[in-house]
Amino acid sequence: MSLATPLASYLLVSALVFAIGLAGALTRRNAILVLIGIELMLNAANLNLIAFWRFGPHPEALTGMMFAIFSIAVAAAEAAVGLGLVIQVYRHAKTTDLDQMNRMKG
Amino acid sequence: MGIAFYLVSALTIAGALATVLLKKLVHCALAVTVAFLGLALLFLQLDAQFAGFAQILVYIGAVAILVVFAILLTRGSELPAEGVFSKTWLVGLAIAAGVFAVLGWAVLRTAPWLPQATHAPDVTVNQIGQALMGRYVLPLEIVAILLTAALVGAVIVAMHEKEGTKE
Repeated sequence: MSLATPLASYLLVSALVFAIGLAGALTRRNAILVLIGIELMLNAANLNLIAFWRFGPHPEALTGMMFAIFSIAVAAAEAAVGLGLVIQVYRHAKTTDLDQMNRMKG
Repeated sequence: MGIAFYLVSALTIAGALATVLLKKLVHCALAVTVAFLGLALLFLQLDAQFAGFAQILVYIGAVAILVVFAILLTRGSELPAEGVFSKTWLVGLAIAAGVFAVLGWAVLRTAPWLPQATHAPDVTVNQIGQALMGRYVLPLEIVAILLTAALVGAVIVAMHEKEGTKE
């Protein structure tokens, strides 16, 4: 496989990690694994941002890098709140199996 | 494209695949740590040192530990009797494969027009700090408020409520 530019190979790796994260989020039963899948998807998006920043016309403007740094910070907040919610749901429903959580009513 | 890129990409993808496919949740947490490390190494290869080390600190240092705590607090180490994959796993897999097909097709189609390798930008932490305190000061403050609110919210959500007590 020979690709014209290094940017394309980074984008392909990013697309593959995104698809694996999506598959994890959609196929696993456990709520924690779904959150991990979402984290993988966020990371793949960050890799896209950094790759476009590196090979873009004006890397010294730092725009893509800043996007990625803010995205990492928001992802950390999301992980903390998401895992807190999973723990609370586990206390309530005694399970983290998403197939058994099929009603909104507590 | 050196051999380092292929090695690090293989590490990242193997970690991500192991995360999705392994049965025990603790093993999944370890595998996702490997995937995060691979992504951080890819950031470092892209001359984004600050983002790479931020990735190591935040993801391997904080998120992976949080995930392990959540697994242990929810007794996730026990294997469920009816398997780890959802009943609708085939649909999920088809959607993920479709998304990858579309993304890969778009990348390969536009590959000839993508920019070639440029000179490595030398970005110092000094410049990043200047940008954060100058042009990006408002997003920085908003992220600070978001992180504070998220931490307080996470503690309140996960706090143990005794039965029958009022808030």
